[in-house]
Amino acid sequence: MDKRIRVLVAKPGLDGHDRGAKVVARALRDAGFEVVYTGLRQTPEQIAEAAMQEDVNVVAMSILSGAHPHLFPKVVDLVRGKGMKDCLIIGGGVIPEGDIPALKAAGIAEVFTPGTPTGKIVEFIKTNVK
Amino acid sequence: MSNEKIQAELEKYEANVAKALAKFPERKNIPEQRLYTPLDIQGDDYADEISFPGVYPYTRGVQPTMYRGRFWTMRMYAGFSTAEESNKRYRYLIESGATGLSCAFDLPTQIGYDSDDPISEGEVGKVGVAIDSLADMEVLFDKIDLGKVSTSMTINAPASVLLAMYIAVGEKQGVPADQLKGTIQNDILKEYAARGTYIFPPRPSMRLITNIFAYCSKNVPKWNTISISGYHIREAGSTAAQEIAFTIADGIAYCEAAIKAGLDVDSFAGRLSFFWNAHNNVLEEVAKFRASRRIWAKVMKERFHAQKAKSMMLRFHTQTAGSMLTAQQPNNNIVRVALQTAAAVMGGTQSLHTNSRDEALALPTAEAVMIALRTQQIVAYESGLADVIDPLAGSYYVEAMTDRIEKEAMEYIQKIDDMGGAVDAIEKGYIQKEIQDSAYKWQMDVESGAKTIVGVNKFQIEEEPPKGLLRVDASVGVKQTAQLHEMKAKRDNAAVQKALTDLKTACEDENENLMPHILNAVRTYATLGEICGVMRKVFGEYEAHVSL
Repeated sequence: MDKRIRVLVAKPGLDGHDRGAKVVARALRDAGFEVVYTGLRQTPEQIAEAAMQEDVNVVAMSILSGAHPHLFPKVVDLVRGKGMKDCLIIGGGVIPEGDIPALKAAGIAEVFTPGTPTGKIVEFIKTNVK
Repeated sequence: MSNEKIQAELEKYEANVAKALAKFPERKNIPEQRLYTPLDIQGDDYADEISFPGVYPYTRGVQPTMYRGRFWTMRMYAGFSTAEESNKRYRYLIESGATGLSCAFDLPTQIGYDSDDPISEGEVGKVGVAIDSLADMEVLFDKIDLGKVSTSMTINAPASVLLAMYIAVGEKQGVPADQLKGTIQNDILKEYAARGTYIFPPRPSMRLITNIFAYCSKNVPKWNTISISGYHIREAGSTAAQEIAFTIADGIAYCEAAIKAGLDVDSFAGRLSFFWNAHNNVLEEVAKFRASRRIWAKVMKERFHAQKAKSMMLRFHTQTAGSMLTAQQPNNNIVRVALQTAAAVMGGTQSLHTNSRDEALALPTAEAVMIALRTQQIVAYESGLADVIDPLAGSYYVEAMTDRIEKEAMEYIQKIDDMGGAVDAIEKGYIQKEIQDSAYKWQMDVESGAKTIVGVNKFQIEEEPPKGLLRVDASVGVKQTAQLHEMKAKRDNAAVQKALTDLKTACEDENENLMPHILNAVRTYATLGEICGVMRKVFGEYEAHVSL
């Protein structure tokens, strides 16, 4: 059965910059995914809960405030803690290159930095989603 | 030359163009017409629409001499980590020739949470300085004379609290409130529409804003009580015309709220200021700045019947467009910022922040900030752009585009009026949707190649990751929390409780101006989180509804 890929686009933390999150959400929707956007100011707990409730295949987070080293890994832990072993978790935003290895080690499958075409994110999800 | 003769010549020219096009096709995706002539501005009445600098409708600038008197204020937005660290950066900027301060606060401060609140975890000191109480504010302005400097604070939902802290620091330095100069952003409507650091619902938020207008007109008369901001609307993806239209619609809503609260328009309008973006398209930006002045002058005169000239003048701060900085080949950003600076200066800005080349990657280093400040100084002292007032006036193209942006913006303002004003248009999600649609279109244009961004979708190279970025380490949160607890142990907690109870009572009485109560609470070292906590209890919190 051809099941549509379900994606939760999330804004963890207090950062209000959601231009990127909304553009990505819309591009993913236009690519044929089912997209749920959390809105601003979500705690890692809220995001993990929403991921489970919405039964998503992918969690895509965006942070521009610099809080990613703290918040991204926390979301990974909580999502995995809910038994969602296969959920693909990706991130984007203003993220220095030097921070990326640690985020990947923490379970973020890929990090998309400014200037990334949305098509690249679509392709990555299609290739890596389980 | 008569218009008929110009028309005839234009037709000859068009015939030549047709021949040339057969041989050399033009570049695609240029929205502007090829050439502008006197025919494009024949409707413009010089005296009514353009006029002179310092004269209604202020198309050419708000002061009669503009930069021939003094340059714009070179004001660099800065703040990170703790108050001590930011204080060092401010003093460095002042020593480097910056002529005003501009404070960036971290997100917990902007949303009214203390550094020890669980929700602040990971965010303390990240995008700005962490301020929990008057104690931090005293450190932030240590050895900076508030009687001399002018300070802009990017603070919105808790603007009343930060302004009260600034007044209290002034008191400690012996500077009376009526000598303080500066600006609070205090523009909540664009927070709902584009920037995201709201706390309370619109009604109590508008009350706080009108309370500040009323309090400052009596007690802090040199303070700019609001900076009605299009900057973030543009950053969120709007077009130039949308930027000024949505912002002026917000401005109209603030005026209406203040008038409804019983204030006379001329008692507060002169202290309203604006904040625009300087984007990549130089001439479009110049036209936008000019159009914004003309629209506001007409709105204040025709709609609000302002009498004082000052009430009709749109004074504005500008920041170069952060969203146009690229993470790729970051040194190219220096050039982008220089062009954006040229636009802001030819558009007649009152103050300017220039972004640093590394800001698509992290907060700027001191070296990058220095280049950004030097960019302004080079434009001011070397380029000649500041020597003649409104130098692009009379350009067929710039005048025609000024008219067109004015017209497009007025159509939006009319549409928003028909919806019941900016507050209703935001609650219906109309403004947000318009901005999102423009942002999406921009992204698709970049991805299709209809728009070229150098280094991003053309002229890319393989690069080493940049080195030496500024890092705010995680220990800031720990340090800030420790200081907060130490301060709380030392202060007179009975006085704090009394002040907070008094504030709560005042919040419950709609006719009470909250500013004196907030100032009293601040003086007892009540924290930002405690003060906003009281207001949260009485006012509730705003819940955004999002549609993609």
